[in-house]
Amino acid sequence: MSAEPTLKEELDALEAIVRRLEAEDGDLDRALALFEEGVARLRRARERLAAAELQVTRVLEQADGTLGEAPLDA
Amino acid sequence: MSRGGTPDAVWTPSAITASARALIEGGMDAVWVRGEVSGFRAYASGHWYFTLKDERAQVKCVMWKSHALRAGPPPEDGTELFAFAQPGLWEDKGEFRLTVSRLLATGDTGAEARAREAVRQRLADDGLLDPARKRPLPAFPRAIALVTSPDGAALRDMVQVARQRYPLVRLLLLPTRVQGAEAADEVVAALRRVARLPQVELCVIGRGGGAKEDLAVFDTEAVCRALAAVPVPTISAVGHETDIALTDLVADERAPTPSAAMEMALPDQDDVARHARQLGHRLAGGLRRRTRVAEERLRRSGDRLEGAMRRLALHTRGRLDRAGAALDALSPLAVLRRGFAVARADDGAVLRRAADFAPGRPFRLRVSDGEVAARAEGAS
Repeated sequence: MSAEPTLKEELDALEAIVRRLEAEDGDLDRALALFEEGVARLRRARERLAAAELQVTRVLEQADGTLGEAPLDA
Repeated sequence: MSRGGTPDAVWTPSAITASARALIEGGMDAVWVRGEVSGFRAYASGHWYFTLKDERAQVKCVMWKSHALRAGPPPEDGTELFAFAQPGLWEDKGEFRLTVSRLLATGDTGAEARAREAVRQRLADDGLLDPARKRPLPAFPRAIALVTSPDGAALRDMVQVARQRYPLVRLLLLPTRVQGAEAADEVVAALRRVARLPQVELCVIGRGGGAKEDLAVFDTEAVCRALAAVPVPTISAVGHETDIALTDLVADERAPTPSAAMEMALPDQDDVARHARQLGHRLAGGLRRRTRVAEERLRRSGDRLEGAMRRLALHTRGRLDRAGAALDALSPLAVLRRGFAVARADDGAVLRRAADFAPGRPFRLRVSDGEVAARAEGAS
């Protein structure tokens, strides 16, 4: 199981950052830190979209009863 | 017909179907046929098309408009009927077919329809069709299990839609037959395996379009119960325009085709990219606004500093003026200007007392604008 956030979680976090940046009137250092975090998340989301290549696997039950996966050329 | 081993007397499809048609239509009279209606379609032309079947076989039927108009309400799928029909062969499709001129109800619905209804009732009794059971689909699923045939168009279509729409997803095929005697057991086994794939967040069960009799697997009770037991949200996509399979009722969502199921299951990456772009604009706008606020604040601070300097300068000048005046008051010249005079001896010593002025002594008197020579006449 992957611990990596889904694209949805990434975009939700980005949205929260944007809202804070738009709403708050705190100090500029904090605003810059929010902006930098937002930019990093945005870049990650874009990279993931650009690099995505569909994976299709076939799930089969193996001799020992566990489930294995093999790539499927579809 | 030639019985030889060489193709010296070759038949064309037209010739062989024409010959078969002549055999069938010449050799068989119109008869009454009893069977269950399936795949009924009433076309805009007014003609009716359907299939009559029993447990072992089926036959296509047409009822021309002229007869259909006199046949009463169109029969529902699953109804058992008597049809008065002339057997024939459609040469353009090479299809054996009955041309029906009369329909009579048998008074009871077909065995298959009754069995299906009984299954539906049992599922409903156990709450498996309850709308409150329906789970929302995940917005951005990471992995989807596909329970379908490895060879069907359904799989091809789903893979294609996923690739174009959201290639971040992983598709896990659980291969199974979707028709035939063993299909139900295989589908049940595949559905049970979904629970053992922890990465899977959504399950699609489906197959491409087919006539109703090919979808029987998706009406079986065991398949429906296994689908209801899948721990993640499910979509049923059995690819039939007019009929609803029982899995459609049990699944969290129903899609008309496997392609539509994937469109339902996956976000469109173009939409996602557009959303990300908008967030990027808002992020930049937010920062710009914040730096403008800071700039404005800085400018106001500068203005205030300048004012303070100006005030300080004015204040200082006032103090300097006052200090100058005080200094002036202390000057001996100012005292002389007020009418005082200073008497000095020739040697410059200041003559302060009356005794300093012996009669006849010359001295000099310093007044505000100069000196005058004087002589004492005697103390008064």
